[in-house]
Amino acid sequence: MKSSLIKSTVIFLGLFFLYFPILVLIFYSFNENKRVMVWKGFSLRWYNELFNNEQIIEAFIISIKIAALSATFATILGVMIGYSLVRIRKIPFKSFYIFLSSTPLVLPELILGLSMLLFFISLNNVIGFPSSRGQLTIFISHVTFCIAFVAIIIQARLTDFNKNIEEAAMDLGYNYTKVLYKITLPIILPSIIAGWLLAFTISLDDLVVASFTTGPGANTLPIVVFSKVRLGLSPEVNALSAILMFALIIIGLFYFYYNKKFKH
Amino acid sequence: MKNKLFEKYFVFSPYFWLVLFFFIPLAIIFKISISVSEWGMPPYQDIFLFDNGFKINTTFENYVYIFSDYYYIGSFVNSLILALISTFFCLLIGFPLAFYIATSNIRLRNILLVLVVIPFWSSFLLRVYAWKIILQNNGILNVILLNLGITSEPLQLLYNQYAVIMGIVYTYLPLMILPLYGYLNKFDLNLIEASKDLGLNRTKTFFKVILPLSVPGIVAGSLLVFIPVVGEFIIPEMLGGSDRLYYGKILWEEFFVNRNWPGASALAFSGIIILVLPIVIFQILYSRWSQKNEI
Repeated sequence: MKSSLIKSTVIFLGLFFLYFPILVLIFYSFNENKRVMVWKGFSLRWYNELFNNEQIIEAFIISIKIAALSATFATILGVMIGYSLVRIRKIPFKSFYIFLSSTPLVLPELILGLSMLLFFISLNNVIGFPSSRGQLTIFISHVTFCIAFVAIIIQARLTDFNKNIEEAAMDLGYNYTKVLYKITLPIILPSIIAGWLLAFTISLDDLVVASFTTGPGANTLPIVVFSKVRLGLSPEVNALSAILMFALIIIGLFYFYYNKKFKH
Repeated sequence: MKNKLFEKYFVFSPYFWLVLFFFIPLAIIFKISISVSEWGMPPYQDIFLFDNGFKINTTFENYVYIFSDYYYIGSFVNSLILALISTFFCLLIGFPLAFYIATSNIRLRNILLVLVVIPFWSSFLLRVYAWKIILQNNGILNVILLNLGITSEPLQLLYNQYAVIMGIVYTYLPLMILPLYGYLNKFDLNLIEASKDLGLNRTKTFFKVILPLSVPGIVAGSLLVFIPVVGEFIIPEMLGGSDRLYYGKILWEEFFVNRNWPGASALAFSGIIILVLPIVIFQILYSRWSQKNEI
């Protein structure tokens, strides 16, 4: 009995630590006052201002666009890497291949951002492209560091995967390509979706790399939010967090429900 | 024959992308880090000069410059200490949580996992911002402390190194919990019972059975926290003050404020050599080793 009391206390305190700051954030989003910390009364004023803030809306659209595109590209390339590493024996300079596909996971974002910026500047000096930085350069950078996250998920999934199914299909007359498209890819589809979602979130959330590779007309949501809260507080950002958390909780519940159904 | 072509396509498409957009940028950092700096745009000289015959124009002065100045070394050390302390606290909070989640019944376990992951999937920036609100002079923590009579006037909780540690532990905690959970989940609970049956008490069971078996999870989680924290820029920028300078901030300012590209590149490349290379080599050796043992 004593140990179960400790257990519930630990879990309760842990969850309290994780959720308390978020609840505070949401609570103050309903504050009428412009000064975030001085409570004046309940109001939806900041939600209204948020939806009328063109800068934030525009940044949100740009962010979603870049995140969806870079997640898609990163997923295609990441699946190829995961598949190559597990299923293809002959990879030239394999250690180098592993180095390229795993280093972005552990490289601090700041170094990655700096290297991308200097690369784009040098490239522009040599071939005159890209003449200015913007959404395209952010997209390229995001693909580059999201590939590794997708690759690791796919690699883990394929390692667990029973190879006999593929071999059976080959014995039954499927060729290599057909096995891949009819057997392997459908089976690892949940991991592909998980990889895409992870890449999408990472891209959507990235501030550092985007700050280095951004240019005119490419202010992503984190860049705009950071400029608002770097020096002070902003009630609109509170409203934004509340909406985001609400969306996430719904996705979480949906995932939980789907997962439970899936297991039964 | 067709398979060969197909395999090549799979191997080389990402290969091409990563060489072009990852390896070459790293090489460019190295190149600029050994270039002679000068005023102008770009603020460094070419490393190959062709005016009076061919000449290689490189220097290690940028490295000498950053490694002989306490300003740079000191902030790198500050970052390492910060990462060490934050990793320790993440482990201290994360381990019991991961352990109790892993030992819960399957229904509760799934709910708890989703609850741990939700904050992690929400915006990093907004989670840091939340602490800025909590730690304000008239923020909720100060209100509680004042009402409890612990302090008679608001404490300056924000803009110092403790606020930075708080923010880091909070945002990186799920990165510690998830790999720990991954390993503890595979753990045979009967081992704990067995150890108790054999007469080991609670403390001994923990140190002799649970802890040794969770070492891979601890290593994985600690690396996931430690390395990004060394290069962390946003959290010190939002919650930290001028009491401590960190590697990320120095690198950012060297590039954007001082416009010293070779210096910033030398800082970045040193970071790669000291921090990232040992781990990557370890990982490659480990994956080769595990593959060899499997075949």
